[in-house]
Amino acid sequence: MNVNSNSYTYGFAIALVVLVAAALSIAATSLKPMQDANVALEKKSDILSSIGLTSEDPAALYAEVITEQLVLKNGQVVEGASPDAVDMAVSVASAEAEREAPLYVAQSEGKTYYIIPVRGKGLWGPIWGYISLNEDGKSVFGATFGHKSETPGLGAEITTEFFTGQFPGKVVYSDAYTGIEVRKGDASGDQQVDGISGGTITSVGVQAMLENCLKPYQAYLQSRGAVTAPAAAPADTTQTVAVL
Amino acid sequence: MSTEVKNQEKEALFSKKNRRLFVDPFNENNPITVQVLGICSALAITVKLKPALVMGLSVMVVTAAANVITSLMRNLIPNRIRIIVQLVVVAALVILVDQVLKAFVYDISKQLSVFVGLIITNCIIMGRIEAFSLGNTPWKSFLDGVGNGAAYGMILIIVAFFRELLGSGTLFDYPVLEALGVYELGYKNNGMMLLPPMALIVVALIIWVQRSKTPSLIEKE
Repeated sequence: MNVNSNSYTYGFAIALVVLVAAALSIAATSLKPMQDANVALEKKSDILSSIGLTSEDPAALYAEVITEQLVLKNGQVVEGASPDAVDMAVSVASAEAEREAPLYVAQSEGKTYYIIPVRGKGLWGPIWGYISLNEDGKSVFGATFGHKSETPGLGAEITTEFFTGQFPGKVVYSDAYTGIEVRKGDASGDQQVDGISGGTITSVGVQAMLENCLKPYQAYLQSRGAVTAPAAAPADTTQTVAVL
Repeated sequence: MSTEVKNQEKEALFSKKNRRLFVDPFNENNPITVQVLGICSALAITVKLKPALVMGLSVMVVTAAANVITSLMRNLIPNRIRIIVQLVVVAALVILVDQVLKAFVYDISKQLSVFVGLIITNCIIMGRIEAFSLGNTPWKSFLDGVGNGAAYGMILIIVAFFRELLGSGTLFDYPVLEALGVYELGYKNNGMMLLPPMALIVVALIIWVQRSKTPSLIEKE
């Protein structure tokens, strides 16, 4: 047999590619459940780290700490919906009125936290994160960010303590969304954080992501924060209604 | 070809010649320090020992498997498309390794990120296939692949050892220097060790030591 003839070469190439494709498909399908489990676990671990918790066994801690998993639509809780089923990429692209907005409520050491998943665009690809709010539903308790392919040393720095460490204490809502400005230079204000030098587009992306993703929660959090906060007097309730 | 095969059937599995195939890459024929192949990944993933170890193992698996597979097919591969065939085999193996890492050691696969995919472009693998396995039996090719992959991993681990110890003060994330109380003597972690240039310098130091210890590598004036 002439292994250098044209027909043999074609035949060999086709056979090889079909074999390899089959082998890879089988491997990918059979490993998929385990990979998905890893991704789900990482998500839980990220959610927990936004309220400053880490654990060797994130699944157990998550089950203990996260008391409610809600999906909001137009400021109302959608009954029976699970936030894990919400595709964030689709959610953040839809209009605010139709958006399915996931919300996690955590109880840790007697305090309530609201954890909001956010997702947006960086320079090269998607960026995402979790913002946790204090009991009042207005100020930030903690933030974590992740990214797919931002530039190492520049945009990728949004995951570092330097950047995320600036968020605690910032105020995102008053009567409406007040926004967090990611800016250059002095960032001592309640609504300002210092951006990444050389990572401007990613920094701007973070600001836009926060605005887009945090806005839809305002009404719900205000009503709920006012109701559940221990200091809330009955008078607050009327005020909240007025705000709504 | 047929006489060669007959000769090898008589040869013992671990004959002196076969053992040399495995041992040579560790010193006189080291892929990184002598052939200067695969440097890119050696710089990138040697900040910590754990990813370096996983990367070394992954490359070893891929070189060994790619060598064996191409060696088994060596009389069937049409010469004109042999490089493409090699690429397909290596690419398939790398995707497999990537999927397995994602399923079983997710956090490390995240640290290795693109570098697992870049095993495909690691010159060591293509080099061994082209230079060795296309002309040798599967068993010899296997030894050659394991030897080269392990020798690559060895250098990675040596580099990572120094970078993690001096840069982060840990080994496999265990705080060695803290346990030894070195910090109380005024020592500080050297942040420079964590940056890529130091990997190059450590590799260069290894090459220096190796060359001065190995007579066959000393160039004659």
